[in-house]
Parts: sequence; structure tokens; C-alpha cells
Amino acid sequence: MSELTLTLIKLGFLAVLWIFVLSAVSVIRTDIFGTKVTETPAGPGVAARTPKPAPKAKVTKPRRPQRGTPKLLYVTDGPNAGQSVPLGDQPILLGRGTDAAIRLDDDYVSTRHARFASNGAEWFVEDVGSTNGTFIGSQRVTTPVPIALGVQVRLGKTIVELRK
Amino acid sequence: MSGTGETTWVPRKRRGAELVLTVMAVGLAIFAYCAVGLGAEGRVPAGAVGLAVTLVVVAVAANLLIRRFAPYADPVLLPLVLCLNGLGLAMIYRIDLGMEARRDSWTSLAPNQLMWTGIGVAAFATVLLVVRDHRRLQTLTYSFGLAAVVLLILPLLPGIGQNIRGARIWINLGPFSFQPGEAAKICLAIFFAGYLAEKREALALAGRRVLGVDLPRARDLGPIMIGWLVSIGILVLQRDLGSSLLFFGLFVVLLFIATERAGWIVVGGGLFALGTWFGYLQFSHVRRRFEAWQDPFGDPDQNGQIINALYGLAHGGLLGRGWGQGSPELTPIGYSDFIATSLGEELGLTGLMAILLIYGLIVERGLRIALTCRDAFGKLLAAGLAISMAIQVFVVVGGVTHLIPLTGLTTPFLSQGGSSIVMNWAIIAILLRISDQTRRPAPPVQPVSEDEATQVVKL
Repeated sequence: MSELTLTLIKLGFLAVLWIFVLSAVSVIRTDIFGTKVTETPAGPGVAARTPKPAPKAKVTKPRRPQRGTPKLLYVTDGPNAGQSVPLGDQPILLGRGTDAAIRLDDDYVSTRHARFASNGAEWFVEDVGSTNGTFIGSQRVTTPVPIALGVQVRLGKTIVELRK
Repeated sequence: MSGTGETTWVPRKRRGAELVLTVMAVGLAIFAYCAVGLGAEGRVPAGAVGLAVTLVVVAVAANLLIRRFAPYADPVLLPLVLCLNGLGLAMIYRIDLGMEARRDSWTSLAPNQLMWTGIGVAAFATVLLVVRDHRRLQTLTYSFGLAAVVLLILPLLPGIGQNIRGARIWINLGPFSFQPGEAAKICLAIFFAGYLAEKREALALAGRRVLGVDLPRARDLGPIMIGWLVSIGILVLQRDLGSSLLFFGLFVVLLFIATERAGWIVVGGGLFALGTWFGYLQFSHVRRRFEAWQDPFGDPDQNGQIINALYGLAHGGLLGRGWGQGSPELTPIGYSDFIATSLGEELGLTGLMAILLIYGLIVERGLRIALTCRDAFGKLLAAGLAISMAIQVFVVVGGVTHLIPLTGLTTPFLSQGGSSIVMNWAIIAILLRISDQTRRPAPPVQPVSEDEATQVVKL
């Protein structure tokens, strides 16, 4: 074994060792952020197996709903389907009571049920102590939750959403 | 519920990345082994094929096992551990070669270590298969506590206990000698985690504030006093400074994590100082360690080991001598406790840093698993196992590099020694199991069609 070969082996080994350590670090780095997947009917198991989305797509995905500003709160389902109320600066109250922006004729809706309010950039829905609760999907709304365009919010049997 | 626009956080499995890293780790191990032969004897060692086959089989088996039984487990733990294990094997083989050249009779340690690596992976597989849900371990909290105490007492029993190199921590089981302290470490971690998951509120909330430090109630102090007494007992009866430090450190850190009260660190630190002072006054071997630390060169006959290790590190320098080019066999026990300085001599600061970084990453993954885990027991167990590895590496590497007084502990995965390898593989299996539980996506929530049920309530 010549001196040169041994030096090359020595330096080569150190290089490979560090490449290994740094690759482990890079795997950890990408692992810190999970994948955000849109839930499909097939369940998250399939979603998790989808090829890794490009990092750029991950960043832009949550921003997409903000492209348009919602101008209307629209009742899509329930006894009051088709009614709508324009969105302004003021918070909007929904319920069966007379002070509600839309008086919902729904037995499962409380007198004061839910409030929609904006912070200027985003609209939030907040349950104001209803009996049967306000739901986004299967999740009960307990704190003010930001909602995007087209997200269906359920109050009793009524479903409302933000529209442009 | 249409589910449109609903996003959930799903951790990636990263099994492919794990495979790539595993291939790299095995490649590194084989490279190291061949480089040892080339450096020391100028030829590729005869055992290289056997080692390569064993390592590949071990890696493939572990990888398939994880794919099948813990598909969401952390992807980097296995490759990191395999890499350390491979480097340890290469270093032990290196010292075998050095010893054979110097002595007439020397029984090779490397084949034995390779066998233990295989047994370690078998233990890894067993734990992964038997423990399907780490929360089941919590029901056995006190059984594990008892097991730990029994394991710690075993070496003291006449007949099976063995006194090797001044520490009574081995037991003799026919052809093997076994270090039950390594198994006790896992049992204690499970016991502490289970106990604290149950008692954390009582420990955290009831208590008085003295001098700005939240001190717990006297009756809640009981367990920590027992922990302290057990560790002092090990110190006194088995003359094993390292394990005593490890168990006590593990307990104090877990108490701190469970209660978030800095008071425990103060109390623990105080008790530790007291114990050290007591040991220093009472025991000549503790005093000798301190003296060897303060002035190793004052008594070269007595401190030859640490002096050799320091010269070895200096000999290695920044880039090391290269595999097979140094003389790590000059340091007694250079294949076990002092393997870090042996590696430092052959791989230099650059290589030793990489190895310490690998340990750092293993500990980081353990703490990350603890952070993301959803149940208190799993959190404490993962944190405890990670912390115990961190303390162990700090104590032994700090000791052999003359940062702190030297205490005997094994370097996880690197050191020669069956019990250490097997138990550390088991620890990794437990961590991967918790990690799998944590990262697995929650089962999809079935939307309930409440309309019919709601009708009934209508008045």
C-alpha cells in the first residue's frame, strides 16, 4: 500500500462519513414539516403515499383560497336555502332570533347561534353558545375558526358558505 | 360533509429515505472494515465477505421489519444506529489486529461482537413484534421497577456475581457474562416514566415556594430519595460510578420534564453534590478518579490509561492517522470504554465529531418523538431513553477525553460487549414503536348522519 493510497482512503472515509451524517440531517430537515394533504374519500393512508409534492406547492396550497374576497354569506341548504346576506365590516349574527342577519327557520338552530366576523383579511366563524353547535365538516366550532371561500359551515340543518 | 378543502397533517413515512441511508450506513461499515485491513496489513481482510453478508442481512431484516410492523416510524434512527454499530465493529477488529501483532495470544473480539450484533437485531425484532403499543407497558410500571431492582442486585449475589476490573457489575451465566445494569436501564426508564405519568400533578402542584424555587411536599420527595439511595447504593456496593450517575441523572431529568419545576434540578443537583462529596471522602477509588482527572500526568504509572488515550487523540490530530495506521491498541480497554479515543486517533477530530453528531441526532430524534407523542407515558419514556443515551455518551466520552473524571460506562453501539449492544438495540426498538404510534395518522372520523337521531329529540 502506498502512502498516497492510504491517505486517499483516510480522506475518502471521512468524506463518506460526513456525507452520511449530512444526508441524515437533510432527511430530518424535510421530516420536520409533514405533508399537508387534502383528505380524499379513500382516507389518509392513500394520501400519505402520494408522491412528495414539490416544496413550492406546499407553500402555495393554503394561500389559494385567499385569492378572492368573499362578498356574500349564502345559505346553501336548509329551510332558508337560497337566501344570502352581503358581507361588510360588521359582524353577522345567524340564528332564529329577530336580531339575526338571516332569520333561520330551522328548529335545530338556537336564537343566537353563530357569528361571522372579519379581521380585515380573513373571515372567522364563532359559535355564540348554541345548543346544537356549529360544525365545519365533522369538527365542532369552539373557538373563532378562519373560514375560506366555499367552506361549508353547518348550523342545525342549515348549511352556509362564503361566496364571492 | 363533502370534505373538500379539508387538510390534515400527515407525516411522511420516508421508508425510501431510510433505505438509502441504511445502504450508506452498511457501505460505511464495510468500507471501514476493509480500510482497517488495508491500513494495518495491506490487504482486504478475509472476514470482510462474512461481515458484509451479516450486515446486509441485518440491515435488510431490520428494514423489512420496520416496513411491515412500524411503517410510520422515524426514518433516520435505524441507519444512524447501524452506522455506529459498523464503526464499532471495524474499530474492534482494528484493535484485534494490533493486539495480535503485539501479543502471542489474543482471542479476537470482532467475531464475537458481530454475533452480538445479530443477537441485538433479534432483540430489536422481538421488542418491535411483542410491544405493539407502548402504552401497554404502562400497566407493568411496578413490575419493571421491581425487575430493575432485582437486576441491579444480581451482581452482588455470591456465586453468579463477578468482580471484573474493580466493579461488581457482571453476572456469570455459563459461557456468557452479562451486565444486568444495561437491562436495568430500560426497566428503570419504563418505571420512572410510568410512575411520573401518574404522579406528575401531585409532584408539580403541591408544594411550597422557598427562595423562589418550588419545592415539592416532603411525602412526594419519597421517590426521589429512594432513587438517590439506590444510586448511592450502587456506588457503594458495586463501585460503579458511571451507572450510579446515569440512573440518578435520568431520574432527575425525568422529574423535571414531568413536573416542569426547576426545583427538582436544584434538589437533584444538591443531592448529587452531596453524594459526590461523600464518595470522595469515603472511597479511595472515587478519590483516585478525581486525582487522575485533576492531574493525570502527576502519576503516570497509575494513570497510564488516560494518558495513553490523550496521547492517542493528539496523535490523531485533525484528520486522524487513518484506519489501521494509529496504535489504539496501546490504550488498555481501547475496544470498550476507551473506544471513543481509539476512534479519535484513527479518524481524528473530524471523524470523532461526526460520531458525536450521530449520537446527537439519535438523541434529537428521541426528544422529537417525545415532543410529538400524544400520551404522557410515551413522552416520558421516549425522553427518558433519549436522555439516558445522552448522559451515557457524555459521561463516557467526557471521561475518556479528560473533560470530567473518568467513570466506566459503555459507549452505546460502539463498545465491545454483548449486553450493551443488545439492550441498546432494544431501546431503539422501543423508540421506533413510540414513533410509529405518534406519526401514524389518526383513523378517519366517520361522519355521523345525525339528522335521524336529532328528530327524536324534537319536542
